[in-house]
Amino acid sequence: MNNRGPRYPGYNVLDKRDTPSWNEITRKVIDHRLTLDGPKFFTLEEWLTLRALCDCIVPQRSGRAPVQCAALVDHKMELDQRDGFRPPSLPSQREAWRRGIAAINEECRERYGGAFHELTGGQQDRLLRLLEEGEASSPAWGDMPAKVFFKRRLVHDIAAAYYALPHAWNEMGFGGPASPRGYVRLDFNKRDRWEAIEQHD
Amino acid sequence: MTEDDPTRVPRAKNGRAPDVLRVGGWVPMRCFADDEQVDFVIVGTGAGGGTLSCKLSEYGFSVVALDVGPYWRPLEDFASDEHEQYKLYWTDERISGGEDALELGRNNSGQSVGGSMVHFAMVSLRFRPEWFKSRSLLGYGVDWPVDWREMWGYYREVEENLCLAGPIKYPWGPPRPRYPYRPHELNAAAKVLARGCEKLGIKWCSTPIATLSAPRGLAHPCVYRGFCIAGCSTNAKQSAINTWLPRALKAGAEIRDLAMVGRVELDANGRVRGVHYHREGQWRFQRARNVVVAGYAIETPRLLLNSACPQAPDGLANSSGLVGKYLMAHCNQGVYGVFDDEIRWYKAPPSLSLTEHWNYTDEGKDFDGGYAYMSQGPLPVEWSGTQTGNHKLWGESLLRDMERYNHYAGLKIVGECQAMETNTVRLADEKDRFGLPIANVTFAHSDNDKKLIAHAKNFMRTALEAAGGYDIWAEETETAHLMGTCRMGDDPRSSVVNPDGRTWDVPNLWICDGSLFPTSGGVNPSLTIQAMACRIADRIKALAARAEV
Repeated sequence: MNNRGPRYPGYNVLDKRDTPSWNEITRKVIDHRLTLDGPKFFTLEEWLTLRALCDCIVPQRSGRAPVQCAALVDHKMELDQRDGFRPPSLPSQREAWRRGIAAINEECRERYGGAFHELTGGQQDRLLRLLEEGEASSPAWGDMPAKVFFKRRLVHDIAAAYYALPHAWNEMGFGGPASPRGYVRLDFNKRDRWEAIEQHD
Repeated sequence: MTEDDPTRVPRAKNGRAPDVLRVGGWVPMRCFADDEQVDFVIVGTGAGGGTLSCKLSEYGFSVVALDVGPYWRPLEDFASDEHEQYKLYWTDERISGGEDALELGRNNSGQSVGGSMVHFAMVSLRFRPEWFKSRSLLGYGVDWPVDWREMWGYYREVEENLCLAGPIKYPWGPPRPRYPYRPHELNAAAKVLARGCEKLGIKWCSTPIATLSAPRGLAHPCVYRGFCIAGCSTNAKQSAINTWLPRALKAGAEIRDLAMVGRVELDANGRVRGVHYHREGQWRFQRARNVVVAGYAIETPRLLLNSACPQAPDGLANSSGLVGKYLMAHCNQGVYGVFDDEIRWYKAPPSLSLTEHWNYTDEGKDFDGGYAYMSQGPLPVEWSGTQTGNHKLWGESLLRDMERYNHYAGLKIVGECQAMETNTVRLADEKDRFGLPIANVTFAHSDNDKKLIAHAKNFMRTALEAAGGYDIWAEETETAHLMGTCRMGDDPRSSVVNPDGRTWDVPNLWICDGSLFPTSGGVNPSLTIQAMACRIADRIKALAARAEV
């Protein structure tokens, strides 16, 4: 566990929204992303599970993962924006997520007597490691391998959603949108004035 | 949705097509009726089909090019955002299995007018000459039925069309003219590669790359945004959409966007008579004297197999049984390390420097073939995919390592895959939104591939260490690009098309894309696909002059 504060204190990529770093369509799509706040595809019960999963996959130093993380996964399902392939062992993404969340909660009830979002942090962590290692045992998984679901859907979709958020770009010191203005200084330890300043120990 | 949503309403119609260089702009476009028998229908408008559309229309043939993708105007349609720009990728369902199942979409399949070149990384390398005769000269793979010297001339033509920026002297292979535009300034990530090479005593150079280092017409030089594989919103990237296709339109070609070809139809004499395509909610039929399939290594065999008919029950051009076989990708493993310096690898095109040392050196290898490796610059969503996939991070460890983003640098190979008959594209039972059977893809690496990967990872790890990197780790599974599935050859029993790109079985059916490749080489395929398209255009012109087309 790392107790240091943010690497890029005071950096907010959204401060560049009205500068030449953001073109019109970029403003439109990011503005829209930040308005997402609730489920349109998932049921309320599934949403509780998904939000708890986000808190485990992209845990925050304080508080919950931004609601837009779960909401962007939901949005991907609502519009059925696919990746371009799926393994033969998984159904299409909507069905995989529905069945996956149901099976996770079933697995939790069998092992700990409650749904995923009701478990302690330690229980949630153990449960996820079990999925990752392919040791899920609930019959609720049917013919869908929990290990493949964990890797291809659960972790993949949540991380891809989180790192599509300005919140995550601030943590990383990523420059964010850069059109039409890109960058001038490309060399080691050089930065333009519109890039994040790193806090050195 | 607005009326001008290019993903829903075709833009190229009624005598005009989008002007990709102007916001809201249009250029005139010649239009043909469905019942007009055009000289060539070309299916796909990427590196193969886009280039061929240009060349054939400039030679005076009537051309209709069909593409299922939207016709973007990059200046107004491309956000500076990875998530939004997923719209450039082929995201319709495909099933991908096998021991080393391919991840399809993002780095190997596009769905746009202009094809996957719209999101290509712009690295534009020539094949090593010996690769065109790898069986005879190097003892592995199969020979191409073309001579490298002929290809050398076509490479030059493409390099000039794309105004490639590159070094004055390229360190490997036979002499070549200097690149049309000066090389780009190197970013820190590229200098890490250079440091490693110099420490290990091998050559490196500035990557020959298809983004402008000086103005060209309405296009400005590259501003180093770094969103190249999410689509270039400034038109600095030079690709089919803003080079070959505007030339094709000017020469009288018609380009139809949002047009999915579902079946190529044979007549009773075994000749193609046209294509069935879906556009604006209905199936239509375009008559043609010739059909060229240029859908890349999955959609091309899929269309041929989906076109099975009583005269060709196993699919068109498939008497050899090889349509959909010998699918290849490139090994694309990366090695990553952390540096004390700030690298900030999100700036500038991701691969500004490279070494082809292991493509041109045959000593010290325990495998056939070769690899190039290049500097890297993944953006956050892509990088998180690498971290959760190959690095297997999630939770606290993921977030902490992602915070080291600006201190990471990496090296990544484009490594030659051996062609194996068991790597295939077949049809699944499942149907897509047009009611067409989707592709079922199977892929596994050969033992030789695995040796190449191990060699490369070991070498790159040493190079990163030498450059000052620490906490180094390597990707296990990663591929890029697609090739094979309709290989070109001299013998109808062991290939699908002849040296002119004409299918052995159907005299007026042609193939012009990466599916022709009999071997993959250790470089990105787009330059070779375009060069081959220029060559096929010249072959067609020569054959037509003898009334053989």
